[in-house]
Amino acid sequence: MIDSSKTYIWLHRFALFTALATLGLIGIGGLVTSHGVGMAVPDWPTSYGYNMFALPFSIWFTGGVFHEHTHRQWASCVGIFVVILTRWLGGEKSRWPLLIVGGTELVVGLLMFKLNDNLRGAGGFLSGIGGVVLLAGICWIKNAAAPGRLPAMGWWAFGLVQLQGLLGGLRVVLDAQVVAGMKLGNVLGIFHACLAQGFFVLLCAIALLTSKWWRNGNNQHPTVSQGLCKFVIFTTLLIFLQLTIGATMRHQHAGLAIRDFPLACGKLWPDTSVQAVEHYNAERIEVTDANPITAFQIDLQMMHRVMALIIFFGVAMAAWQVRRFQGVRRLGFVWIGLIITQIGLGAWTIWSDKAADVATLHVLVGALSLVTGAMLCIIFCGGITKSNRAAAFA
Amino acid sequence: MNMNTKSIFSIIALAAGLQLAGAGNITGTVTLKGTPPPEKPITPVMEDPTCGKMHTEVPMTRFYVVGANNGLGDVIVMLKGYGKSTGASATPVVMDQKGCLYTPQILAVQTGQKIIIRNSDPVMHNVHAVPAVEGNAEQNAPQMQGAADLSFSFDKPENFLKFKCDVHTWMLAWVTVIDSPYFAVTDKDGKFTIKDVPPGKYTVVAMHRKLSLVTPSPATYKGMEQEVEVTADGGKADFTMEVK
Repeated sequence: MIDSSKTYIWLHRFALFTALATLGLIGIGGLVTSHGVGMAVPDWPTSYGYNMFALPFSIWFTGGVFHEHTHRQWASCVGIFVVILTRWLGGEKSRWPLLIVGGTELVVGLLMFKLNDNLRGAGGFLSGIGGVVLLAGICWIKNAAAPGRLPAMGWWAFGLVQLQGLLGGLRVVLDAQVVAGMKLGNVLGIFHACLAQGFFVLLCAIALLTSKWWRNGNNQHPTVSQGLCKFVIFTTLLIFLQLTIGATMRHQHAGLAIRDFPLACGKLWPDTSVQAVEHYNAERIEVTDANPITAFQIDLQMMHRVMALIIFFGVAMAAWQVRRFQGVRRLGFVWIGLIITQIGLGAWTIWSDKAADVATLHVLVGALSLVTGAMLCIIFCGGITKSNRAAAFA
Repeated sequence: MNMNTKSIFSIIALAAGLQLAGAGNITGTVTLKGTPPPEKPITPVMEDPTCGKMHTEVPMTRFYVVGANNGLGDVIVMLKGYGKSTGASATPVVMDQKGCLYTPQILAVQTGQKIIIRNSDPVMHNVHAVPAVEGNAEQNAPQMQGAADLSFSFDKPENFLKFKCDVHTWMLAWVTVIDSPYFAVTDKDGKFTIKDVPPGKYTVVAMHRKLSLVTPSPATYKGMEQEVEVTADGGKADFTMEVK
């Protein structure tokens, strides 16, 4: 068996690396939506008919193809990191499940490749994934499984990363389908965006639970009240709701529904009458593709603004309470700092007429705000005492 | 062919000839009242390394084409509820991709009429037609530099059907698909001619992509209408659209 303390140091570092890679993936995915190039590569899992990993540079570095294809490549790398992380967290016991899953994906992929011309691209892709998973299962290193819930969290990450890849692909393949008056591409894009946030939280949680700080039980807080615990959870859930509203706004692909701040269409509360909306659409000059503005989109943006205020007060109160606890008081300050930055970025997004880099930074800081809240939830409400945590990592 | 059939064909040909003999053109001008919002520079074109090289100055958006005497260009003018499409046999209409811009930006065709999309640029484009009317299929096709022309056609009437490029997101064009041959698009000075309209009374409809949008989702347009009488000398219809 390998020296466990050194293993856990490297396990933690790898988990942190994977989480950071995922943050980067959210950033490049954010750029795809901010630039409106989600369909710049109109097929999946092939890219302009090529194997995804064999797309000529001349096509890759053309306009919006650059963002979308880079997103796909980066996602593939994150997928590989997650498979490695799953194997590492699961220890030797995870070999058989990985061999079975990988073998199945490889065989099914090869069958698709051989039996149906239309499924060659998908078959090639699936067999590639299967090959990577199989390799992880073949890896003969006899490491012990990580303690507690970590192996299960690894398996969750394994499943979610593949689901996320599938959602991203289906967003492209099913883009034109209309269900209940909504383009499926837009609906799947919203799910893809929201799941990305949840997935990022999971990876950060794995990084936290494998950290030396956590293993040594430095953060035990027996005096944390149930009320504070619930308040932090509630505020974090509000942030997730806000991210969902933001994702819904962005996947309307209608540009800015309200183009001024802090006023809204020149008022405290915008006029959303039929005549007013006609006027907004008539006077807007779109430089890049944008669907017409609707009253729903204006209401959605106002909801986003109001939620931002509610979250600001919620996080401010939480940070004020958290300051009493040594070891996490800085996290509380970071949290409120992120929310203030986020409000500033939201305003800047409007003032810059939704500049792609500013809007994407707004997405990234939103992700960090969610993760900070989630980590506080785990720390306060994790229910693990110092003594049993130290024993688990012995 | 027997005598009765010959007679029937002769009568039909005579009737058609008589109709055309009396047919006239509907002419007119669409003017704009009020000050339109200023056009914006399409700066992303210049930021693209390939597309930027094809322009010496930043191209501007062209949503309100206002010419001499406030004439408004790019307005679709058509006869309401008259005529049958001859699109299947009509000459194809060409839309080019030049300088990473669609030209022309506003187009009108008949149902079933071919729209030829040409790529005159030294760069790949992806031609994505996004109809809103059921029965008109959404189509998305890559077009490499130097590739053969693409061909699109639509079976259902639709106002301002959007064409875009997903690779260069500023590339936009709108095609109005009409179920008859009686239509025109105003020129840069707002002038139009609808040709060979048989004598009679008609309703002429004028629509502008920005000024006639009444419902944003799905995008629905309501044009200005005017009654016109067409004689052998033709007919006249002038419109004044107001900035909202």
